[in-house]
Amino acid sequence: MSHMMIPKTYKLYINGTFVRSESGRSYQVFDKNHVFVANVAMASRKDARDAVVAARSAFSSWSGASAYNRGQVLYRIAEILEGRREQFIAEILQAEGGGRANAALQVNETIDTWVWYAGWADKYAQVAGNTNPVTGPYFNLSVTEPTGVVSVIAPKRPSLLGFASAVAPVLVSGNTVVVIASQPHPLPALSLSEVLATSDIPKGAVNILSGNPAEISPWLASHADINAIYLIGAGDLNWADLQASAAETLKRVVPPEADNDIASRSLERILAFTEIKTVWHTKSLS
Amino acid sequence: MSSREINIVTPKQDAAIAPRFNLILGDNPSTANLRRYLSGIPKVDAVGLEQRAAALSTRSIKSTSKLKSLDKIIELIDLTTLEGADTPGKIRSLAAKAIRPDPSDPSTPHVAAVCVYGDMVPYAVDSLRYFNKMRDGNSIKIAAVATAFPSGRASLNAKIVDTTEAVAAGADEIDMVIDRGAFLSGHFDQVFDQIASIKAACRRPDSTYACLKVILETGELNTYDNVREASWLAILAGADFIKTSTGKVSPAATLPMTLLMLEAVRDWYQLTGERIGVKPAGGIRNSKEAIRYLVTVAETVGEEWLQPHLFRFGASSLLNDVLLQRQKMKTGHYSGSNYVTID
Repeated sequence: MSHMMIPKTYKLYINGTFVRSESGRSYQVFDKNHVFVANVAMASRKDARDAVVAARSAFSSWSGASAYNRGQVLYRIAEILEGRREQFIAEILQAEGGGRANAALQVNETIDTWVWYAGWADKYAQVAGNTNPVTGPYFNLSVTEPTGVVSVIAPKRPSLLGFASAVAPVLVSGNTVVVIASQPHPLPALSLSEVLATSDIPKGAVNILSGNPAEISPWLASHADINAIYLIGAGDLNWADLQASAAETLKRVVPPEADNDIASRSLERILAFTEIKTVWHTKSLS
Repeated sequence: MSSREINIVTPKQDAAIAPRFNLILGDNPSTANLRRYLSGIPKVDAVGLEQRAAALSTRSIKSTSKLKSLDKIIELIDLTTLEGADTPGKIRSLAAKAIRPDPSDPSTPHVAAVCVYGDMVPYAVDSLRYFNKMRDGNSIKIAAVATAFPSGRASLNAKIVDTTEAVAAGADEIDMVIDRGAFLSGHFDQVFDQIASIKAACRRPDSTYACLKVILETGELNTYDNVREASWLAILAGADFIKTSTGKVSPAATLPMTLLMLEAVRDWYQLTGERIGVKPAGGIRNSKEAIRYLVTVAETVGEEWLQPHLFRFGASSLLNDVLLQRQKMKTGHYSGSNYVTID
């Protein structure tokens, strides 16, 4: 029996479902040799708005999950990714080229990145929080809390590892995210949404848009229901304007990273999207 | 079927109802005659109705019209709180929101009414007294749900007392529920009697009437045919408004149901020249949906109906969404839930 190839429709991932853009738009994605690969949904500002609504409503369940549970869920993303490594190697190879060994290395690094951040889920608070010295009969405690809804502009390359390196540290502390995937190479990120959909992460906690960051990001930067914007992959956008518009609603802005730092793992990336709350509590009531 | 006289002493003597009643049923208002009339109403083409409602949902509303629609929606809202946990403080904050829905923008219109349980009416009256005194004629009405809302399972006497107390406390409008059990078991006369009796109980000492909204609870009537019959029954019995739902039963208001009720109202208008109001309630949570209702009203009964005395939205969370959309249109960027009140 001959088999007719069934190509995949690459859609947006909003509120745990795979949807086309409400605008009906799509754009063409090409491989490393400029050969057509797929049509991909081109998100509009209204898709971004819907994604923010989803992220906001997922915030209480994801940030309310115990740190242990968040760690387990992030670890499970790594587990499922491991089972589908061949698919991701093929997609990276097709998009970026550079040989199979490099593509496999990128998938390995991506899996390790999820595991690395999963490990931090129940530990970062001990490192960042503190019992502050005071001269009174009470404790003074500083604890971290997630910032809220974070919008992320993912790096263009490496397509899969850059995406994971941008999103994983934001998720660790309980933030929910709206992320614009790499415009030229969105397929690995869009396939990763299938991994996320089966990973026990609450629907809406991660929302993935494909499209033109220059078009969508101003709407995200000015959106009053977003608490932080991670410009990691926005180096070639006019990000000073984004920063100015984010200031209107007092957003936390984390500027772009240099290309060779994009995939580095660091505790600072987790802490960049946390807020410190300091409380006092009596030592004893006797 | 027995053909006993309909047992409505009050309405037959009551100037407010007798004309409608006699017009349709002539001088022979028997149970059988009422039943014959209602069953003679043409049945609903369900596919056509849903298709029409779906078509009305696809109208494209551009930005200037949208801004006007948002203001119109606010003007038509019955801002509602119907919880067991309602407190006088909750009613006061509801009233404050009704007066000034968006404190950051004084150009925001006030809502049409607040809708509360009967025992909360005095607090609503208190909270709105000064505002309503200042703008006579364009006041915020106070609507009270009555007649053992939401189930309607109580004796007629209890329902009448429920109503008269609310009216005496200062309610401008009464939202009553019909006895769905009686309707579904075919006792149309009983439903008719109850609505007519409540209408009589809406009478104030100065011979004016509180506006009577009759809740059909479409989610429990099961079929479009039942809803059409119940709409006519309610109108015949003296309803000033017909209202879809209590908001306590799912499904609550849907566009096809509302369209169906608007058609009944349109037909009644063509028959008698009298205008009956319609109030979809429950389940309308966002502006986009509410705008579809505005379109449906305008294209079914005419834009004339888009006034607070002829069309209302029964809603609580809808208002916040409308305010967020309004802020988006005024500021040019998306707003967030931190910029409206938590109710």
